[in-house]
Amino acid sequence: MRIDGRRLDQLRPIKLEVGVLDKADGSAYVEQGKNKILVAVYGPREAHPKHIALPERAVLRCRYHMAPFSVEERKSPAPSRREMELSKVIRESLEPVVLTDLYPRTTIDLFVEVLQSDGGSRCAGITGASLALADAGIPMTELVAACAVGKVQGRLALDLSDAEDKHGEADLPVAFVPNANLVTLLQMDGLLTTAEFEKGLQMAVEACKTIHTMQREALKKKYHEIKEVVEEKEESEVVA
Amino acid sequence: MSSTPQLPPVAKLEQKTVVDLIARGKRIDERGPDSYRPIQIQVGLIEKANGSAQVSLGKSKVLVGVKVEVGEPFPDTPDEGVLTVNAELLPLASPSFEPGPPGEMAIELARVVDRGIRESKAVDVKSLSIQKGKKVQVVYVDVYVLDHDGNLIDAAAMAALGALVNAKVGKFEMKGDEVVVKPGHHPLPINNYPVAVTLAKVGKTILVDPSLEEEQVMSARLTVTTDKNGSICAMQKGGLSGFTVDELKRAVELAVQKAAENRAKILAVAKG
Repeated sequence: MRIDGRRLDQLRPIKLEVGVLDKADGSAYVEQGKNKILVAVYGPREAHPKHIALPERAVLRCRYHMAPFSVEERKSPAPSRREMELSKVIRESLEPVVLTDLYPRTTIDLFVEVLQSDGGSRCAGITGASLALADAGIPMTELVAACAVGKVQGRLALDLSDAEDKHGEADLPVAFVPNANLVTLLQMDGLLTTAEFEKGLQMAVEACKTIHTMQREALKKKYHEIKEVVEEKEESEVVA
Repeated sequence: MSSTPQLPPVAKLEQKTVVDLIARGKRIDERGPDSYRPIQIQVGLIEKANGSAQVSLGKSKVLVGVKVEVGEPFPDTPDEGVLTVNAELLPLASPSFEPGPPGEMAIELARVVDRGIRESKAVDVKSLSIQKGKKVQVVYVDVYVLDHDGNLIDAAAMAALGALVNAKVGKFEMKGDEVVVKPGHHPLPINNYPVAVTLAKVGKTILVDPSLEEEQVMSARLTVTTDKNGSICAMQKGGLSGFTVDELKRAVELAVQKAAENRAKILAVAKG
């Protein structure tokens, strides 16, 4: 049993929404525990400045950023070293699935805004980012799902909240692409034996598969809603 | 903002040679897949630093200097000293490095080295307190990349460990409200010896210690830092692709073994 009443292998409640922003080409909103994260995708669009463009593929760009009010003590809005590192690893977790060679000389820009942070925000950010990419209609081989496993009081526990993470002994964030069986994000800090690592990795991969199903549902739901709107419109036209 | 890197242009023929060799279980510099390039370590070359070490990994060369100064603790850890790791990719080290504030590659390098030292509790920060909540020792670990021929993380982590083990500090004492440093040659309180091992995936092969030529063709990279007991204290995946679960298990196993070998080499020199 954990402080929020969860089992060791239980995820926090997750809410996924797609197409939440008007101007972005694709967007998603993720809640996981008290995490509240907005992700927007712009692109493929013309590369600015031009010299950053690559001749044979699109450049993927990513900014992970935390709102000043997202944490207990106000965080300076200037990008920290942590945010710069996370921008890099989030980008690298998505690079393997995006078919960037379809859009040479362009950029695909990803903005991950953490409105409220509650542990595991990089993973929730990745889960949201792949939804936003799909929402933007950018061809991908698969959605990427991510989840962390931690070690608290000597035991491996799935999806640590902020409170658990602060008193935890290890944190192991993982992103996973189910159909390719590929781990595309892997970080670790703390102390784990190799046996604990292998068990933790397995727990994280299983959780990613669960989240992956939820991602597909969230995408389907949006198209279902669009279909309903269209049908209603058609019906009213028939009546008229 | 983090962007897909622009790799320096490498002749396609050269890339193909590197990849084909690896597919046949060989490497361009005639090593086996699980062997390191020659490791050389020297300590104490910078007299004005408290500790220093230079590590050569083949043609890669990294210098680390450790400086210990007096500072204030973080409010959430009032009785602990402060450890900071910074990395500079010097423009003299590679045609692709430019002067300016640290980019994401330098930041990642520093943070991966930092995590290994911090999480293994290599430096006993509790004993670096001078006056609780007011004055503590601050340990600055500055990583200076001098020549970039691949696998900077391992070279930097080894040099950082060497420099910390090599460091000598005076005695910090309170005299009224002031901290005075009595000259002396006391070692830093070092409790653990984290060593990073970086593996690259090229095709279906996992290699240790990728050279620059191999980094340019690798699909993904994994760094595993292990402590003196063989526990993992830090990990970082990099690169444009990923690893399967089985590849990760194999990589971790290999990393634990290689770290033990490299740890012995560093400590033999650093402890003198």
